[in-house]
Amino acid sequence: MAALETFYEVMRRQGITRRSFVKYCSLTAAALGLGPEFIPQIAHAMETKPRTPVLWLHGLECTCCSESFIRSAHPLVKDVVLSMISLDYDDTLMASAGHQAEAILDEVMEKYRGNYILAVEGNPPLNEDGMYCIIGGRPFVDQLKRVAKDAKAIISWGSCASYGCVQAAAPNPTAATPVHKVVLDKPIIKVPGCPPIAEVMTGVITYMLTFDRIPELDRQGRPKMFYSQRIHDKCYRRPHFDAGQYVEAFDDEGARKGYCLYKVGCKGPTTYNACSTTRWNDGVSFPIQSGHGCIGCSEDGFWDKGSWYARLKDVSGFGIEASADRIGMTAAGVVGAGLAVHAAISALKRARYKGDDV
Amino acid sequence: MTVQTPNGFTLDNSGRRIVVDPLTRIEGHMRCEVNVDADNVIRNAVSTGTMWRGLEVILKGRDPRDAWAFVERICGVCTGCHALASVRAVEDALDIRIPYNAFLIRQIMAKVLAWHDHVVHFYHLHALDWVNPVNALKADPRATSALQQSISPNHPLSSPGYFRDVQNRLKKFVESGQLGIFKNGYWDSAAYLLPPEADLMAVTHYLEALDFQKEIVKIHTIFGGKNPHPNYLVGGVPCAINMEGDMAAGAPLNMERLNFVKQKIDEAFEFSKNVYVPDVIAIGSFYKNWLYGGGLSATNVLDYGDYPTSQDDKSSDRLPGGVILDGKWEEILPVDPRNPEEVQEFVTHSWYTYGGGREDIGLHPWDGVTDSHFELGAGTKGTRTNIEEIDENAKYSWVKSPRWRGNACEVGPLSRYILAYAKNVPYVKAQVDDALDQFNHLAGTSLTARQALPTTIGRTLARALEAHYCAQMMVDDYDALIANIRNGDLATANVAKWDPATWPKEAKGVGLVAAPRGGLGHWIKIRDGRIENYQCVVPSTWNSGPRDAKGNIGAFEASLLGTPMVNPEQPVEILRTLHSFDPCMACATHVMSPDGAELARVTIR
Repeated sequence: MAALETFYEVMRRQGITRRSFVKYCSLTAAALGLGPEFIPQIAHAMETKPRTPVLWLHGLECTCCSESFIRSAHPLVKDVVLSMISLDYDDTLMASAGHQAEAILDEVMEKYRGNYILAVEGNPPLNEDGMYCIIGGRPFVDQLKRVAKDAKAIISWGSCASYGCVQAAAPNPTAATPVHKVVLDKPIIKVPGCPPIAEVMTGVITYMLTFDRIPELDRQGRPKMFYSQRIHDKCYRRPHFDAGQYVEAFDDEGARKGYCLYKVGCKGPTTYNACSTTRWNDGVSFPIQSGHGCIGCSEDGFWDKGSWYARLKDVSGFGIEASADRIGMTAAGVVGAGLAVHAAISALKRARYKGDDV
Repeated sequence: MTVQTPNGFTLDNSGRRIVVDPLTRIEGHMRCEVNVDADNVIRNAVSTGTMWRGLEVILKGRDPRDAWAFVERICGVCTGCHALASVRAVEDALDIRIPYNAFLIRQIMAKVLAWHDHVVHFYHLHALDWVNPVNALKADPRATSALQQSISPNHPLSSPGYFRDVQNRLKKFVESGQLGIFKNGYWDSAAYLLPPEADLMAVTHYLEALDFQKEIVKIHTIFGGKNPHPNYLVGGVPCAINMEGDMAAGAPLNMERLNFVKQKIDEAFEFSKNVYVPDVIAIGSFYKNWLYGGGLSATNVLDYGDYPTSQDDKSSDRLPGGVILDGKWEEILPVDPRNPEEVQEFVTHSWYTYGGGREDIGLHPWDGVTDSHFELGAGTKGTRTNIEEIDENAKYSWVKSPRWRGNACEVGPLSRYILAYAKNVPYVKAQVDDALDQFNHLAGTSLTARQALPTTIGRTLARALEAHYCAQMMVDDYDALIANIRNGDLATANVAKWDPATWPKEAKGVGLVAAPRGGLGHWIKIRDGRIENYQCVVPSTWNSGPRDAKGNIGAFEASLLGTPMVNPEQPVEILRTLHSFDPCMACATHVMSPDGAELARVTIR
């Protein structure tokens, strides 16, 4: 294997001062929710770890994951691409095309065998011999399997790669299939969302490069650091939920006061994501803050769980501290009306207490 | 063999065949094959859409109020324009008039998207067809600084030291030997014509644009909660306004939020004025002798028109619609999206079938049928799952062929600008004339609009000018929004027909949008409160579609003909011209049969 440069060497060579480097490490620690005691550890890792090649493949998708990725504010995506990883293949951004592009895959797979990260955006369709998605004249699923073979780890970007997303919504005409059902023998980190939050994407990559390990995952394969709590749990409108103050219709008095969107269909109580904490686009807002309920886009099969505007119902089961893992055990593979939510129970109780009909 | 197409092009597939697959730096997946003659001039071009997702059948039976989110996921690059077309189609079907504030907020969101999409397209998807980052290493930063200050005196980032810092970073990056996204580029090709100082300026702006593009989308984040894929709402917008009442601080829109929007609009205005437009003119002037790529734009262009100043008056469109045929700029024909004889789609050369021997007819979107039918022609080289050369005499693309009264048309910013210029829209006329003056001054040429616009460079220029026009229109829309709120109107959603019980048993509507890549239309049929049929006719379908039953070729194929290649092994010229359309293949190829299986309805009530 070729001698790879460390982040630190690369950053210094690119004119970044030691002082800026240390500041960068502290921002990285903060972005990952780590205390200041981790700063030296990050700095040490950056000084000694090589720049890892990343091969970013695209199947059936809409490119929203790439678009989200380039929105990252910390770190800036230009710093990720120039200084942190070596983005050797990404058909959305790469200069070369055709056989020159395909040659890169072979070269990197050979040169960095077992030492590159495969990032997948989108998913392979399996119907029609895979020819609903053709790369270089051949089915995308072939390319995916070929590149996965010698990857160190796989990142499944977004809900397409993680779960199937919109093209896999019923009746899934192309048999669009998530990555983990096609590649069975590699560690896969799912980073769901349609798309995932930019800083969550770069946070996952930064963590992997900094600590040289994949982040702790829940039973579904999602990094716990970003996907272990429901949007509802940390929503700034939660006090209105608890107080029984709801938006009854769009643009009503409650909507203008920022009341809870539960009654107009918010899926925050059943959706595991960092939207209400990390928020979107450098922390500017998130769907609920902007007045629309969460549509649950980071959940498996969210397209087939009913209208965005139908309120969550049929509540039973676990208590308030239920973890993502426990929900996974209870509800894995279950879609539709049965999803149990503590929050809706309290809503019903609250409504009953008030004597309202929910 | 030489063929004369009915729409005036000559195809000759006898020469050497060149295959480019994957065609990178686009949204989605496509393949292009060309034949070059003994002088390496392109004489035949074959555009193949290589992906298909099937969203319309997925929509069948769903709640029309949910459709925007499904179709928004057609594309995450032009994020939001399909959602906008969808809510417009549903509101058209159900006769819902949205509040004026919602109209203005959607107007701003549409232009934010267009502006962002155009900037990211030029710098991050297209620039490397003109700009050689390796050559930038040879630049004298003082020369770059002088160039920058001469073409754009008001851009603050222009000192020699600034460009030297960028050059140093680039130098170290290249010296590392890990070239990342620049790996295997065509940097030794004689197709690149910029002097090193211009290459350094463009690479610097590649990075500046990368930094700024994440800022402008924050307007979507405020109005729609996130970007990509902000939230929309049938009947208006979800972001309620509270300027001074109780709890305004927690409301979606208040003074602080609107100030944020205003600041980003102003920043975008400065960027397109001082960086994007001057860059395109300057870079284009170095390619003054490379006036290829016009194709269909020289004759047939189409757009539906958009960006009205008056909510209910189509004639107030700031970019007016219409069709020009046969290069007759003086005769602009009206487009009626409801007329079954006008917009139609053909599948003769697409991997779909209309069944019952109807392969060669055109269908209006309200009556659209699309059954997938993947089969390769007898002339294909390779196998069904390993295509070496495709046979364009048979079906050869996942994209359909839209036509207007049987005519292939180009759509996109260039088409809109040709229409607006031909109609003498004052802002556009002044913009184009001013840009051409600057171009001619820099290049020492005397090109007219008719000569300069229908080219690859003209297509790229029109996009830049449209981006800046969008910034100007955003400024105006924001002022109108503030004036309306000042008048006491806070309404953002009309929910009078929110309940499906208020809807007619059957309804149909159409939603039109001036999407970044061209005129976009969604056609919906609603029955018993559910979607009965949903069809989208998408800009990249118009442009990238295969030949039709009569042999008319589409915009992509037409644009490549007659272009000389410096080295057919290095497809720089093919990439340059196809990228000038900003292909969006997930958009182009999402259509799916309405004959698909009935949905299992999983609805929580």
